[in-house]
Amino acid sequence: MTARSRRIGVAMLVAAGGVPLPSPLSLVAQDTTVGKKVYVKWCAGCHGETGAGDGPAAAYMLPRPRNFTGAVYKIRTTASGQLPTDADLLRAIDDGLPGSAMPAWRGRLSDAERRDVLAYLKTFSSFFTDTSQHVVALTFGSEPGGGTNAEALKTGRQFYDSIGCRKCHGDQGRGDGPSAPTLKDDAGFPIFAADLHQSWRFRGGATSADIYRRLRTGLDGTPMPSFSDLIDQKFLTDEQLWRLAQYVRSLSPARTPEVRDVIHAPRLAGAVPAAPGDSVWARVDRYWFPLVGQVIRKPRWFAPAVSGVWVQAVHDGKSLALRVSWDDRTRSPDTTWLGFERRVLETVAGGDDSGTGRTAGAFPDQLAVQFPRRIPGGMERPYFLMGAETDPVYQWRWTSAPNAAGGGAAAGLARGLERFDSLPGAPRVQASYDHGEWRVVFTRSLATPDTANELQLEAGRAIPVALFAWDGSSGEHGNRLAVSTWYFLALDQPTPPRVFVTPVVAMLLTLGLGIVVVRRAQRRQA
Amino acid sequence: MRRVLLAVVSGLFVMASARERPAEPQGGATVAGKIKFTGTKPANPRIDMSEEPKCKAKYQATPTEETVVVNPNGTLANVFVYVKSGLPESYKAPAAAGAVTLDQDGCRYHPHVLGILVGQTLDIKNSDGILHNIKAKGTKNRPFNISQPNIMTSTRTFTAPEVMVPLECNVHGWMHAWLGVLPHPFYAVSGADGSFAIKGLPPGTYTVEAWHEKYGTQTASVTVAGSETKSQDFTFAGK
Repeated sequence: MTARSRRIGVAMLVAAGGVPLPSPLSLVAQDTTVGKKVYVKWCAGCHGETGAGDGPAAAYMLPRPRNFTGAVYKIRTTASGQLPTDADLLRAIDDGLPGSAMPAWRGRLSDAERRDVLAYLKTFSSFFTDTSQHVVALTFGSEPGGGTNAEALKTGRQFYDSIGCRKCHGDQGRGDGPSAPTLKDDAGFPIFAADLHQSWRFRGGATSADIYRRLRTGLDGTPMPSFSDLIDQKFLTDEQLWRLAQYVRSLSPARTPEVRDVIHAPRLAGAVPAAPGDSVWARVDRYWFPLVGQVIRKPRWFAPAVSGVWVQAVHDGKSLALRVSWDDRTRSPDTTWLGFERRVLETVAGGDDSGTGRTAGAFPDQLAVQFPRRIPGGMERPYFLMGAETDPVYQWRWTSAPNAAGGGAAAGLARGLERFDSLPGAPRVQASYDHGEWRVVFTRSLATPDTANELQLEAGRAIPVALFAWDGSSGEHGNRLAVSTWYFLALDQPTPPRVFVTPVVAMLLTLGLGIVVVRRAQRRQA
Repeated sequence: MRRVLLAVVSGLFVMASARERPAEPQGGATVAGKIKFTGTKPANPRIDMSEEPKCKAKYQATPTEETVVVNPNGTLANVFVYVKSGLPESYKAPAAAGAVTLDQDGCRYHPHVLGILVGQTLDIKNSDGILHNIKAKGTKNRPFNISQPNIMTSTRTFTAPEVMVPLECNVHGWMHAWLGVLPHPFYAVSGADGSFAIKGLPPGTYTVEAWHEKYGTQTASVTVAGSETKSQDFTFAGK
């Protein structure tokens, strides 16, 4: 008997027996036997054999994999407390959940496999066979237009304040509100209030419509509530809730930042800006570099707090200024987050450390910008993870710790993660922290006296650069950090004078020739 | 033949009388007692309400959490006492009438422990007028999480018996309440004098359980007949 004929057989039996079918979607090809095979092969590693979200990989994750036994799902189109629709679950399987370890399975599993596994994971909870559960998607109106104009955003901001979003998400939306350090999910694991400046990491999608739906449905199992009662009781109009969604959307870039390999540092006519708030930075392109946990050297770190950094660079022919900005909920060391830090360290396993060094502490925030000691001729670069004993890398390091030597900044040679030898000449650094965002500007002369150890910056060359970040209030220090791979920094060369002169000469010649031609023609007519 | 007829008639009579008074408890017995407390009384954590001046203004002294409330007479408040088992199969619970109110006032829940019937309306009231979210973390009932940023009342019902459904506010991490959902009205919560009374019980032998959020549960077997009142105390020891 093929799977298909078995399904038809079951459907006929059910129909003949007059048993009410739970939902029309269960008629769609769904085979829990096949579903189980797919599940065991692809899902159980994280979600566990029994669906309890406790697979072998689960302990390394934050957020943890979904526990299917309670049938509580974050991303739904149904009211808070209701089961998700099959379409809701299929969306999570198909598209994955951005900002978590859940990948998109469309393209990796066939349509039938994805539906079968959906049917199988529903068997983990008896709620799905409880006929008293009514699974009805909410009706969502269409998005009102003008969502990006100032008036709409002002309305949205007004409701952001009045309905208390800032309590968890913070005044500027970076997940740093006063209640944020106390948040736990239903299983008791620490949970971050979403950083609303990174819409591409929103589990349920990045559009205003996605955000509006999350406001209506809430994210069950998390502290994020549903705001539907407010509309039902006319405290808020549907349009006002849309404006709030549009305001939240406006906090992130219009498009998901794409990762570009080369940071272009334009050459300025004036001196380079040394202050993080200098107006020059608003006119310079910024480049997004994602960071990942350091999982190569022990102790490994699977829950990096800094998901990426924005980098900008300018030079004036003599000096380089490099600004790194990143979102960090805490200005570490911050004692109000110590409890949260402890819970993070208890939740995320290292797997290979004996538990030593996992105590919460008042660690600072840190940043490292890494270069080779000299610009390589070819593609050969030192080991990206802070070099090696025999092949060190040149780094600028900054720390938020008050009273750190060198005003928080140092330069030195790293020979692997464990060894950093300071050099006498540190770059100048200025840092600012505002509502969940660090901005750190390093400035240094292109040329320095110590040519043996310190990178000599040159315009027109591809200079390898890598970045590392630590969030002290997430317990990050030492090998527990977020890392990038090698990228490039390119200082724009001064434009040669002939670039400006040649077009002018060409224009003058054309004009001259034109005049001659016209004059001749006029003379002939005369 | 006569016996059969009698049985049928009396059966009909029982059915008819049950139909006449569907909302009345089918008995008149009472289980009452006190929740005693021995040992060291733990100090409840103080609540820092500095982020919520509206709530803070409602207290003269620094408010504390209500994890263990020991009354002046040495009894324990906020213990949920209920009939866990023993009701006759013929027992039919009255239809849920009226609503049970849970108030959020001064950034605390009032009451801290409460009971409700399956299907009965829970009025969740926000008297503070600042953002509270109310999250019910049942496992037999569907969990929910709704937002109340205004002075307003939301209503919800529960579909399955569950002792207890934890309720919490995530904006104010100290706010916890406990809701006992039962298919019958035989429950009580010990109050400011530590006493409780479960009234209207049909005759029978019952397992009565006393639940406390920190000290767990204790059970006792109680037999009642007619309209008598049986005394049953429980003792929790501080740890």
